[in-house]
Amino acid sequence: MYAPLYLSNECLTTCTYCGFAKGLPIARKTLSVAQSLREGEFLRARGYRHVLLLTGEHQKLTGVDFLGEHVGALRALFPQISLEVQVWNEDEYRRLAAAGVDGVVIYQETYDPDSYARFHVAGKKRDYEFRLGGPERAARAGIRRLGIGALLGLHEPWREDAIALAAHALHLLKVAWRQELAVSVPRIRPSASGYSPEHPVTDRELAQLICALRLVLPDTGIVMSTREAPGFRDALVPLGVTHTSAGSHTDPGGYTEPGEAEGQFEVDDTRAPEEVADALRALGYEPVWKDWDALMRAGV
Amino acid sequence: MNGKLEIAGRAFASRLIVGTGKFSSGDAMRVALDASGTEMVTVALRRVDLDASGGPDILEFIDRNRYLLLPNTSGAIDAAEAVRLARLARAMGLPDWVKLEVTPDPRYLLPDPVETLKAAEQLVADGFIVLPYCSADPVLCKHLEEAGCATVMPLGSWIGSNQGLRTRDAIKIIVEQASVPVVVDAGLGAPSHAAAAMEMRPRRRRPSRASWIRSDLRGDPCTHTGTGAGRVRDARHRSGCLSRSGQTCRFSRSRRLRRPDRATRGCPS
Ligand code: SF4
Repeated sequence: MYAPLYLSNECLTTCTYCGFAKGLPIARKTLSVAQSLREGEFLRARGYRHVLLLTGEHQKLTGVDFLGEHVGALRALFPQISLEVQVWNEDEYRRLAAAGVDGVVIYQETYDPDSYARFHVAGKKRDYEFRLGGPERAARAGIRRLGIGALLGLHEPWREDAIALAAHALHLLKVAWRQELAVSVPRIRPSASGYSPEHPVTDRELAQLICALRLVLPDTGIVMSTREAPGFRDALVPLGVTHTSAGSHTDPGGYTEPGEAEGQFEVDDTRAPEEVADALRALGYEPVWKDWDALMRAGV
Repeated sequence: MNGKLEIAGRAFASRLIVGTGKFSSGDAMRVALDASGTEMVTVALRRVDLDASGGPDILEFIDRNRYLLLPNTSGAIDAAEAVRLARLARAMGLPDWVKLEVTPDPRYLLPDPVETLKAAEQLVADGFIVLPYCSADPVLCKHLEEAGCATVMPLGSWIGSNQGLRTRDAIKIIVEQASVPVVVDAGLGAPSHAAAAMEMRPRRRRPSRASWIRSDLRGDPCTHTGTGAGRVRDARHRSGCLSRSGQTCRFSRSRRLRRPDRATRGCPS
């Protein structure tokens, strides 16, 4: 079980499908350390011990120093901290690892270079190769957990992205053999961007994809976020889902000061964490809140 | 299997060590532990609230008066992490028994022989009772034994694979050569796998290994200090090191290997 904690929705990049994209007329907010600690305390009180910190891409507002400062403060609350932010070079990942970051999530969004160029029209994220190499750089820098993913609803046919994602995972299992790997296949959700795919991936197709990933990657984590509807999420768990969030807010400050800033996308599963944990138990699974402790790492 | 299993001077009526993962709830785990008859329960330290700050914690469901809690270092990728984790556990009041796991590869969770041995030496020197999870490698098991480990715990097959005793032939050699209890640690997926492991006996007829350990402990102490009463605690006590009175040191682990030419080899004094 993990919880997303959005630190900022400021972004200098334009991804045409994202509600945080530069230029969109949305309420923007970047949390102070005190605000992110309040959010962290809220999540900790709900049982979370693993938090995923997210920001848009803003070199000045949410750079390595900003992240290091927030991670340093939140370490007192969470034994496991992951990041889903802009991609960095190896030295920058090393600094983040030293600050206490255990995991890094980098979705390639689409593996097709042409589609990638079409959806990522401006900003740092335009560099396809730099993004693709992010997980390996993070691994070399000592980050312990890697997450990769493809955003379903960008490239068509989506199966090409699914195959590329599996190939990327198989490659990482060889070159980043010390790292724990998880894959994710989020579907596009409504957002302030107004983007909606022409041929959305259906529930049936997503279930097929989860099965296929489980067969190709039997020991790899599979993430299912609150983008999906409650009943559907529960039904996917026995097919091989291993990581899940619950009660998520995608707007900075959304747990303790909701409504002050725009969220990245709409969540579909709004159940409280304990409700999701109960649903997992009812299916015969153990909800694991804590699975790692940064205290193990010397020097952290 | 009528005799008791003895590890580091402590007797266990059950030869089953039970884990704490994959239960749907703490209560389900409590019932399962009760039904198993086990006396030793291993718990992953990475899942325990090490800062003891409250909140959901697996330890609440384990009766520590009834079971020996065996903290394990799963998730540690090198010796330094395993040692750090064991020390943290001890600092928070957990027993100084430790199931040593050093698994840099998170996929198959295969133990790192080099780092496991390094960690074992350090933890034994720190006074821990060390039960190391290791490859089914007879030579490594002898090294671990000589480092002062209270058992060796070779894998039957990869963790979680349920494939049973794929390493049977190597485990036979380990059992044949061991002077400490051999615990098959991973890959068992059916009661018959566990039964097959327990049926592996040394070829020569001899007293149970547990009683060897007890006879080792009967000798008087050697000149080496830093030992705890009744425990094999100091890695410096090598096979056959001698006590002041010329007998095998009671902390020496291989009384049967007592030979004059080996008597002082490896002894720290
Ligand atoms: S996906 Fe990320 S980089 Fe792209 S617009 Fe959204 S927040 Fe910015």
